[in-house]
Amino acid sequence: MKHLISFDELKSDFVKNQSLQVEKYIFIDAFGDQAIEVPKDDIVVLMQFLFEVKQFDFLIDICGVDYPDRALRFDVVYHLLNSITGQRLRIKSQVAENEGVESVIQVWKGADWFEREAFDMFGIKFHGHPNLRKILTHHEFVGHPLRKDYEASRQQSCATSLPIHFDNEPGSPGDVLNPKLLPLNIGPSHPAMHGTLRVMAELDGETIVRANCEIGYLHRCFEKMAETHPYQQVIPYTDRLNYCSAPMNNIGYCKAVERLLEVEIPPKAQAIRIILAELSRIADHIVAVGTGGVDLGALSAFFHLFVFREKIYDIFEKLCGARLTVSLTRIGGIGNEPPEGWYQLILDFCDSMDKEIDEISRLMLDNKIFVKRTMGVTPIKPQEAVAWGYTGPLLRATGMAHDIRKLKPYYGYDQLDFKIPVGTSGDIYDRYLVRIEEMRESVKIVRQICKNIPEGDYTIRDKSIVLPEKKDVYGNIEGLMNHFMLIIKGIKPPQGEVYDATEAANGELGYYLVSDGSAAPYRLKVRPPCFAIYQSFPSIVKGSMIADAIAAVASMNIIAGELDR
Amino acid sequence: MSMSLDSAMTGTQNHDDLTRSFAFTTQLDAVMTWGQRNSLWPLAYGTACCGIELMSVMGPKYDLARFGAEVVRFSPRQSDLLLVAGTITEKMAPVLVRIYRQMLEPKYVLSMGVCASSGGFYRAYHVLQGIDKVIPVDVFIPGCPPTPEAVLDGIMLLQKMIKDQNPRPWKQNWKAPEL
Repeated sequence: MKHLISFDELKSDFVKNQSLQVEKYIFIDAFGDQAIEVPKDDIVVLMQFLFEVKQFDFLIDICGVDYPDRALRFDVVYHLLNSITGQRLRIKSQVAENEGVESVIQVWKGADWFEREAFDMFGIKFHGHPNLRKILTHHEFVGHPLRKDYEASRQQSCATSLPIHFDNEPGSPGDVLNPKLLPLNIGPSHPAMHGTLRVMAELDGETIVRANCEIGYLHRCFEKMAETHPYQQVIPYTDRLNYCSAPMNNIGYCKAVERLLEVEIPPKAQAIRIILAELSRIADHIVAVGTGGVDLGALSAFFHLFVFREKIYDIFEKLCGARLTVSLTRIGGIGNEPPEGWYQLILDFCDSMDKEIDEISRLMLDNKIFVKRTMGVTPIKPQEAVAWGYTGPLLRATGMAHDIRKLKPYYGYDQLDFKIPVGTSGDIYDRYLVRIEEMRESVKIVRQICKNIPEGDYTIRDKSIVLPEKKDVYGNIEGLMNHFMLIIKGIKPPQGEVYDATEAANGELGYYLVSDGSAAPYRLKVRPPCFAIYQSFPSIVKGSMIADAIAAVASMNIIAGELDR
Repeated sequence: MSMSLDSAMTGTQNHDDLTRSFAFTTQLDAVMTWGQRNSLWPLAYGTACCGIELMSVMGPKYDLARFGAEVVRFSPRQSDLLLVAGTITEKMAPVLVRIYRQMLEPKYVLSMGVCASSGGFYRAYHVLQGIDKVIPVDVFIPGCPPTPEAVLDGIMLLQKMIKDQNPRPWKQNWKAPEL
């Protein structure tokens, strides 16, 4: 049994540390999450301590929450993870409107973009941050949109694009371009930038001297939309985060809300959710591997693989009628009973997919050109990757077997037989290798579940959470009343907050949900896996060739929907 | 020379009869629109979910090549159909206008999905409420995202518009926004 650190243990350790004001700490243990409220002056020392002594090696997320009626208006919320024991810890600190908090970038360099986002969305200042600029909204945007007093529908148009700029690194000469080097702008409308990423680089010949990313071209205000919609209506918005594997986002969100409601979904719903999650993991990896091949000039892998993605879409379509943005799950279970023959359809798919994976691994991984373009290109070490906040296939490609499905199993993943494929060098080749092996493992999981579907209902039947079936709505007055009340009043979870994470195709997908007891989330923060990964891009491509940078972007599988939200 | 060969093959000496057998008369416009509509070169401006579905349209099952529009160009100078697939944010709008202005005539715009057409369910502070606010749109395709069949239908509709040479006042009266 892994040893989890208790609050008493933490307290006694904190007391030994003279520089911490332990008497002001508030320890909260609610909904199974451990949280500590601390004064803002302690943040950096505390983080340093937790990182070095208590092995909280991951900074998962930083975000703000706005409470306009409070004297100290904002909460700055940090989520930490100990990757050995799987323990999570939430540190919260209150800051007033014009105050700032010390940046934790000296402890984790992965704090960079998360702090910039909190600054952009709330106006919270982080002292010591080398480059505290806007990140998601455009440069002409005035105000901080996630503050409660900013109206959700107030648009501000933008007339210009920023020129090439590089002020993203401390000690660099800022926006002054070196006349001896070639400035190059790639994107956002560029095939290799997947439509919405912009990379600016300065080149010496073909070598990248420095690079900078501009994101936010697909910032469509997911978090603000979530705050203005009832809990059930947020589900379609989650579809559009990582649209390559939409059901996974549904599942992550519903799982977070269910934890807040303290309900457990029936075994059958859990099984169907695993099927959906693993099928969409395959679909996501198909897009990553297929378009990654296209970016390197290997078009045939795309045509091969997309046949199978269509098959997965057919499976989804059979279940709900939609292909891509499916909204399959409901809070409390699944939307409907799978049609007859659905499991057999999946089993047939598994058989054909097995052969396809063998073929694709021969087609790509044994291809001499592909190997030369990817092997040993932009490698990253595990410690570096953790410091940036990498999770998912990219972290596993470095050799670290970190997977939430194993670390903290949910929905009975611990009952299933599957392995966690890992790479060795963290280069681009290993990333594809890991993805292809993961497809194999996912097929294995799906097959095990489909052969052994638990009996029972596909959803809970709590009248205050789940809508009644249509035959009851149209058939009897209780059903009609129930439907009406739930639609009008909505689901009302108790006051409180949870952070819940699932292993999505790109890594840890986390939802931090704050409820004030009303029918809409008070705050919903998504921790997208891409965001942490992509912030490392300028530093990892430095010194490599421009063509390698294209291969690196493709291998990261950046999905703008969840990157920009 | 060829004349006499042909005559030998068909066994007739009448020049007029011969011409009639392998030539037909038409209007220049008809030939041009025939060529235009059957070789649309799309610029796939895929930004979001619709971009993923657009891959399916291009991909093996739905195969846009059957409609002569498979040559995807990412250079606006080489394409004549701007296929806007996905949400356009306020930050993206100036880029979209610039791309549109770089395209050569004749050019057409197809707005795929409700986000591009009207902002969709993102009535939000950073989303452009329809690309027709900044560029002229010829065909709107509803759906979130539209099925590949719907996109094919939209392209066929555009082909019909080109064939019939429909007047396009939204394009003629378009003024570039002050960007």
